[in-house]
Amino acid sequence: MSAPPSDGLSREIRFFHRGEIVRLPDVPATRSVLDWLREDHRRTGTKEGCNEGDCGACTVVVGELPEHTDSPGQAVRGLRLRPVNACIRFMPSLHGKALFTVEDLRGPRGLHPAQQALVDCHGSQCGFCTPGFAMTMWASYENHGAAGTRPDRAQLADELAGNLCRCTGYRPILDAGQQMFDHAPVALDTAPVIAALRAIADASGAPRTLAELARRYAASPQARLVAGGTDVGLWVTKQLRDLGEVISVTEVDELKTIAHDAGELRIGAGASLEAAWAALAQRAPSLTEAWRRFASPPIRHAGTMGGNVANGSPIGDSAPVLMALDAQLELRQGERMRRVPLDDFYTGYQANRLEAGEFVQAIVVPDTAWARTIRAYKISKRFDSDISAVFAALAISLDGERVADVRLVFGGMAAVVRRAATAEAVLRGQPWSAATLAAAQAALARDFTPLDDMRASAAYRLRVAQNLLQRFWLETQGGTAASEATSIWSVA
Amino acid sequence: MTATAPRHLEPPHASAGVGTPRPHESAHLHVAGTATYIDDIPELAGTLHAALGLSPVAHGRLRSMDLAKIRALPGVVDVFCAADIPGHNDCGPILHDDPILADGELRHVGQPVFAVVARTRGDARRAAARAREVLDIEPLEPVLTQREAHARGQYVIPAIHLARDTVEGGARAAIAAAPHRLAGALEVGGQEQFYLEGQISYAVPAEDDGMKLHCSTQHPSEMQHLVAHALGLKSHHVHVECRRMGGGFGGKESQSGLFACVAAIAARRTGRPVKLRLDRDDDFLITGRRHCFSYDYEVGFDDAGRVLGLAMTLISRAGHSADLSGPVMTRALCHVDNAYWLPDVELHGFSAKTNTQSNTAFRGFGGPQGAIVTEVILDSIARRLQLDALDVRRANYYGIGERDTTPYGQPVRDNILDPLTDALVASSGYRARREAAAAFNARSPWIKRGLAFTPVKFGISFNVRHLNQAGALVHVYVDGSILVNHGGTEMGQGINTKVAQVVAHELGVAYGRVRATATDTQKIANTSATAASTGADLNGKAAQAAALTIRKRLADFAARTFGGVAADVVFENDTVRVQDTVLPFPDLVRRAYEDRVQLWSDGFYATPGLRWDPKATKGRPFYYFSYGAAVSEVAVDTLTGEWRLLRADVLHDVGRSLNPAIDVGQIEGAFIQGMGWLTTEELVWHPKTGLLTTHAPSTYKIPTANDCPPVFNVALFDNENVEDSIHRSKAVGEPPLLLAFSVFLAIRDAVSAAAGHRIDPPLRAPATPEAILAAIDAVRARD
Repeated sequence: MSAPPSDGLSREIRFFHRGEIVRLPDVPATRSVLDWLREDHRRTGTKEGCNEGDCGACTVVVGELPEHTDSPGQAVRGLRLRPVNACIRFMPSLHGKALFTVEDLRGPRGLHPAQQALVDCHGSQCGFCTPGFAMTMWASYENHGAAGTRPDRAQLADELAGNLCRCTGYRPILDAGQQMFDHAPVALDTAPVIAALRAIADASGAPRTLAELARRYAASPQARLVAGGTDVGLWVTKQLRDLGEVISVTEVDELKTIAHDAGELRIGAGASLEAAWAALAQRAPSLTEAWRRFASPPIRHAGTMGGNVANGSPIGDSAPVLMALDAQLELRQGERMRRVPLDDFYTGYQANRLEAGEFVQAIVVPDTAWARTIRAYKISKRFDSDISAVFAALAISLDGERVADVRLVFGGMAAVVRRAATAEAVLRGQPWSAATLAAAQAALARDFTPLDDMRASAAYRLRVAQNLLQRFWLETQGGTAASEATSIWSVA
Repeated sequence: MTATAPRHLEPPHASAGVGTPRPHESAHLHVAGTATYIDDIPELAGTLHAALGLSPVAHGRLRSMDLAKIRALPGVVDVFCAADIPGHNDCGPILHDDPILADGELRHVGQPVFAVVARTRGDARRAAARAREVLDIEPLEPVLTQREAHARGQYVIPAIHLARDTVEGGARAAIAAAPHRLAGALEVGGQEQFYLEGQISYAVPAEDDGMKLHCSTQHPSEMQHLVAHALGLKSHHVHVECRRMGGGFGGKESQSGLFACVAAIAARRTGRPVKLRLDRDDDFLITGRRHCFSYDYEVGFDDAGRVLGLAMTLISRAGHSADLSGPVMTRALCHVDNAYWLPDVELHGFSAKTNTQSNTAFRGFGGPQGAIVTEVILDSIARRLQLDALDVRRANYYGIGERDTTPYGQPVRDNILDPLTDALVASSGYRARREAAAAFNARSPWIKRGLAFTPVKFGISFNVRHLNQAGALVHVYVDGSILVNHGGTEMGQGINTKVAQVVAHELGVAYGRVRATATDTQKIANTSATAASTGADLNGKAAQAAALTIRKRLADFAARTFGGVAADVVFENDTVRVQDTVLPFPDLVRRAYEDRVQLWSDGFYATPGLRWDPKATKGRPFYYFSYGAAVSEVAVDTLTGEWRLLRADVLHDVGRSLNPAIDVGQIEGAFIQGMGWLTTEELVWHPKTGLLTTHAPSTYKIPTANDCPPVFNVALFDNENVEDSIHRSKAVGEPPLLLAFSVFLAIRDAVSAAAGHRIDPPLRAPATPEAILAAIDAVRARD
């Protein structure tokens, strides 16, 4: 258990679940949704597979009023439905939301089409992962149903990237994910859910405005800010750490805004990774694959880009891309706001320029960044939902044959994500030729002394970083033909 | 591109019970979240929770421990260590070298040293996590790899040798005299089972020294024996039940024992129900998995690529104790031949003792590790001779009536390799795609395609003769409903579905009349593990025998009552036809009951004809062989080592399928699981501390939906078992895992293409991007 709220404010958590409003006056700040379901509520359909958000056996769906989300446009009849991992989701984050579990799927007419299709296609063997798959598929069913779309096999596989099955090999599950749309449609009746959410919309005691958050954090700088909890969750479930005082930022709607204004894209630090990556990929479609491969959909829905950047992991995949895009961080401490270039933000392993009581309020990308040619390459053992051994975000603009401007940013190559200053210097102002490429590749060895660990050896990291620079060079030579020649994904 | 639905889902012999593609008996429960796993059983009042304090060192002597400190922590009710175990401190399935709790020597990082029992699971975990603070340890030098242990002569069991001489001087002479020779080495990594449901036991004390255990296990009888020994009781005191597992894959064959024992000891000490459910990371750190193997070999062959002599040393990483390493090595040695006639062989199997988790059963049980090295060797031979690897494989296939005896002396009498290969080569378009890949590679400098065909021949039966037995119990109730219980355990493979189909078939009733129940040591005694793919073979036969006994009694009664002879009574379509009378099945049952006919029966089965001499490593260990083959095609990025499976075609032999949907599910699942083993699933132990650093799904990567190939054609080969197996079907659990060799060898082919197929790629498994890029760099450097 973790510490109770220290500020004396009421912390009654109210959420919608199984047709009624659940009120929990004393729920500990770090009680996981999964433990609440299984241990406190004895609702055991939702399973624990790994307790770290990597297997999806605990997948539940969270419903929110769209006005409280980062992407208000995408709703299912007035409700935003997203799959999340219950094991690393803290209970207070459910406040004002609806929690759907596998027990919700079966209707008066029997199994939901997602469930029936899984039965008909032989999509379960041991069955332990199945409730999680059913929930992801249900979210897909509702979201596509509302949008009038149907996912193809590849889209389904992406949507299911956070659900591991060890028995089936996935083929029957992918079949079921398509076949479920052939059944007579069944739609969630969102009206009572929406009514309930409106009725419980008042504050839980957590900050609701940026100003309040800033004031609260400045007054208690020792507190831990928690957004999606996709990283902090593991401190609790795996390291068994007591987080002490926790300030949840999930009720601060202002923090979730993504907007374009005055020549810059401003991503609120509380916007989900999914929404933030969508905004980036909309402007640079070459980032789409990195978006797909950033964690799993449940993690991308729960986690925030602000959290990913502030956490400062050397293997987080947001920072390289943002650094290549000249991003600045908007920091706030009480009423004071300042901007720091991201490439000047990290000072050491998980250390940064944030002062006591100061937090990341927004990530700002200037429009000028989009003029460069940018590519993001992720190297990991598995395509989906794996942590990068090396992540390269490479951006260049040419003035004729010469390199006018270049950003070579690497994750996984040092204690922090950073630019390859020497290699950039080798290229700047020089012709974008095989000879300067080779010089830049060689310079990477002076920029980085990578780590040996379970993801990759230092030698491989350096070699692959050099080769990714070569791939980038190849892809910027001859248009699409070159791109096809360097991607296993273009091979039919 | 689309996934192609499996063919042959409706074989011609489909009847009321067997041969139909029924859904898994629990499918409707799985999807609704209402299938009960151990942790879902409503907890009894007073239930306590256990957690294990783990060794922080790979090797050391335990000087002392301050358990009082742990006992004082919040919520802690009890703490105990090895000295507190009332019976034997051992959970070894064969040898008694496997302490439940460390007995003075610490043997690997993660070895359980003490157990904490607390009011909540959280309290127990938090207290157990303080192990490092309370253990006083004298560190000793660890030995972490199998090669290092082999160099020191450190083994968990004596070496096992398998040799056959057809020429004087045997393999060595045959190699020396051969027109061509190759020598090489190969490293193949292990594999974590990654059952989605982790290890769990829930122990409930019962009267008169009794102990009831709900245990996620493939081997309830073994859990019963181990717990009885640990508690100093008899088997009849201990009752083990398992309705289903959330996956097993071999990981819950022997290794559920430690947790069953700890939960039972804790329940015994506290007099309260105790649940021990492992956190995933602890599960990785405590339990063993598929053995890593190292190989050194020398092979002699002729101009056609036919192997004349093969000499090989196989070294497995057994870990700190024997567990099942001996039988795993035996099976590995018995599968080095895979589908091939190897006239002269000399195989030496060493089970190396290391300061790592004790490795154990995993789907295939050494068979994959034995066969893969030969597939790699044949690939190398083909490259040396500049022949297509398919042709070299076919030149080496077992013959029919000649060249047909395995190195361990068992004749191969059911060989279907040629027709199966012909069919798959045709349906997959192998030859044309081989040419297309070559053409592609000629114009593509950075991306290379690779293609491979690999066959499987897999021996079915436990290598230990006495394990090949099973029992079942069939109850027909007065209302005509039927309950079947058997010694097999359900872990997702669909054994209960198949057994229920068999019973429905024998009694001619609707499938829905039959319900299968939890495996229970109080119903069937002395069961074998559900392992070695034999579950449906053994238990299906036992259940059939029980059902036949009941059918005979019902037929006798029907003939007595309605006239005619029992042999003419027909049970079909949920009815019974006797002379001109047709009765609904329940009507006959009620009448028989009222006439005092016994409506329940046991059934027993022992596989016939098996012989095995473990000293000579000779005999007939297998009842029959299962066959299959696969063609896989990949694209490899020579800049990064990334790769992608473009297409896989599988043709597999399950005899006459009891349930084609379930069998196809096993084949596809095994293929993807085998592919994971050979590609993304890498186990990394820290070279200094010995900590398994890949101890969670964040670092240990099993395949995801995107790894299932966009074109995946899986078909059943039309065949029937030549042996009298249950309805002439064949076992399916393990053999198709070996089909994934085709993926590894396709990657090898693509790597080889990076240097014009002139250099043999030094590719290890798993073929991670790093391993692939290293192999590419190596072939380019040597070219």
